[in-house]
Amino acid sequence: MAINSSAIRTSQLRKFYDVPEREAGLGAAIKSLVKRRTKQVKAVDGVTFEVAPGEVVGFLGPNGAGKTTTLKMLSGLLYPTSGELRVLGHLPEKREREFLRRITLVMGNRNQLVWDIPALDSFELNRSIYGLPEAEFKRTRDEFIELLELGPLVQKPVRNLSLGERMKMEIAGALLHRPQMLFLDEPTLGLDVTMQKRIRHFIAEYNRRTGATVLLTSHYMADVEALCKRVIVIHHGQILFDGGLSGLVERFSAYKTIGFTLDNGDVDLSIYGEVRERDGGRVALRVPKADTSRVTAQLLTDLPVEDLTVEDAPIEDVIERVFAQELPKETAP
Amino acid sequence: MKPMLDFYLTNMKTAIVVEFQYRVAAYFYMIGMVAEPVIYLVVWTTIARAQGGSVGGYTPGQFAAYYIVWTLVRNMNIVFTPYGWEGRIRRGELSAMLMQPLHPLHRDVSWFAGWKFVVILLWLPIAVALYLAFQPTLDPTPLEIAVFLIAIWGAYLIRTMLLWALGMISFWTTRVNALFELYFTVELLISGRLVPLSLMPEWAQTLANFLPFKYAFGFPIEALVGQLTPPQLLSGLFLQSFWIVAGLVLVQVMWRAGVRKFTAVGG
Repeated sequence: MAINSSAIRTSQLRKFYDVPEREAGLGAAIKSLVKRRTKQVKAVDGVTFEVAPGEVVGFLGPNGAGKTTTLKMLSGLLYPTSGELRVLGHLPEKREREFLRRITLVMGNRNQLVWDIPALDSFELNRSIYGLPEAEFKRTRDEFIELLELGPLVQKPVRNLSLGERMKMEIAGALLHRPQMLFLDEPTLGLDVTMQKRIRHFIAEYNRRTGATVLLTSHYMADVEALCKRVIVIHHGQILFDGGLSGLVERFSAYKTIGFTLDNGDVDLSIYGEVRERDGGRVALRVPKADTSRVTAQLLTDLPVEDLTVEDAPIEDVIERVFAQELPKETAP
Repeated sequence: MKPMLDFYLTNMKTAIVVEFQYRVAAYFYMIGMVAEPVIYLVVWTTIARAQGGSVGGYTPGQFAAYYIVWTLVRNMNIVFTPYGWEGRIRRGELSAMLMQPLHPLHRDVSWFAGWKFVVILLWLPIAVALYLAFQPTLDPTPLEIAVFLIAIWGAYLIRTMLLWALGMISFWTTRVNALFELYFTVELLISGRLVPLSLMPEWAQTLANFLPFKYAFGFPIEALVGQLTPPQLLSGLFLQSFWIVAGLVLVQVMWRAGVRKFTAVGG
């Protein structure tokens, strides 16, 4: 990928904090008046990646992995300690107006709309902040109202909306200026399944219609599977994996699941693998990835099995495994 | 310039819509606020009557005029308080503001400017009640009225700058309350808030001339109640402009340093 064509380009990006540290108790409090002890926390430690214009990338990691810190550096809310960083050709920390007009940051737990008035009035305020032409603003607003099914809700005060309805409003408000770069931090946090699907559909549609680049963090794998062909996994401030979602499963999944139907329910299957599920004749067997072919052949030889399928482990299991252990770093592809 | 005017008008309109929703709360707030000058007024009127009809040239009617105009000026110079800054930083509102291509000062100036229209509307019946109760001596010239109408907005901008600067100390320490208390005490004494400045000792009046507080409180009141000559009126407006610009410079310097600090440690 040519460097100047990247929507995001980071190189050895670091953010370290000095955090005050002391033991509990009065003695420690008095001691800290004289001598203050600090500990350096490496929130982001040498992150390098590029994102092409129009890409939708999932940014995954457990709590405290460095996802939000990275998003804040990319959006200009945090100065990096060191490293290089360009977003849409801008240096984010300068927070130039032209840059701010081209990006948006949506954080699932933060509200930007005026609480006491209908969202329609807040949208109007955003129009004036971004200096949007009236006709263009109305076209975008009406398009979003339709796509997100906001119709009757836009005239209710924001404080009277449910969490999911409010989140839809927040997203609509944050995109009215049609940014080319979307930083979405947990946009579906705490929402029910239907609302999550609606928001996912909207993000995908926005990306398709405008060609905007999206960097998304989420703890819901359904978001990632529905939207992102590529994922970047960050842990302890470092990139563990950068590549396709299928590659992630391939690389980190140690097991596969063999599913089949068996007429004879009395057979002891534990010699073939770990029985994860046995519902009537339907069986789900977990086997080490390396043994999959051998066990499959053995099952077909030994037993009268039907409808045999071999599946990768669910993405949630894979991610859980990635987060649970220290794995060797992989360089970005 | 046109987009900025559009933003100011839109944000003022938004503030008016929001404040009308809380009109009852606004009324109670105003009743509490009016209690302060009424206490001063009753005390000074009593003293004036006890001293044979006036104190330092102020008759009870002139005191009434001073403190009734005081209530309007006080409504005009209510701005975003330093207390709000701590929450603004802690709750992440500042992060949201930093993501928009607009200096947050414009947000506060336009928001509270819109708010004034609601509170002045609510203030009118209270002003009538005070007028009937205390019979003020108020007979301003057209020049005094014109200067007053400019000066109340000047007072608003000066106090905005001062309290923004004070609030921005939150970037470095979360405890700005003590400083705000100190500010409040100084303002009470040498701005004309507690007592007309001409009743203060000579040294206090001299000190007040070199500080901004008087131009955010006492000057607009004195302009309307007829205590100032035309040259004093015009030089007062000039000094208000000076303090607005000086405050703006201070706000900008602190804002840049504060945002640098904020973006170094995160919000």
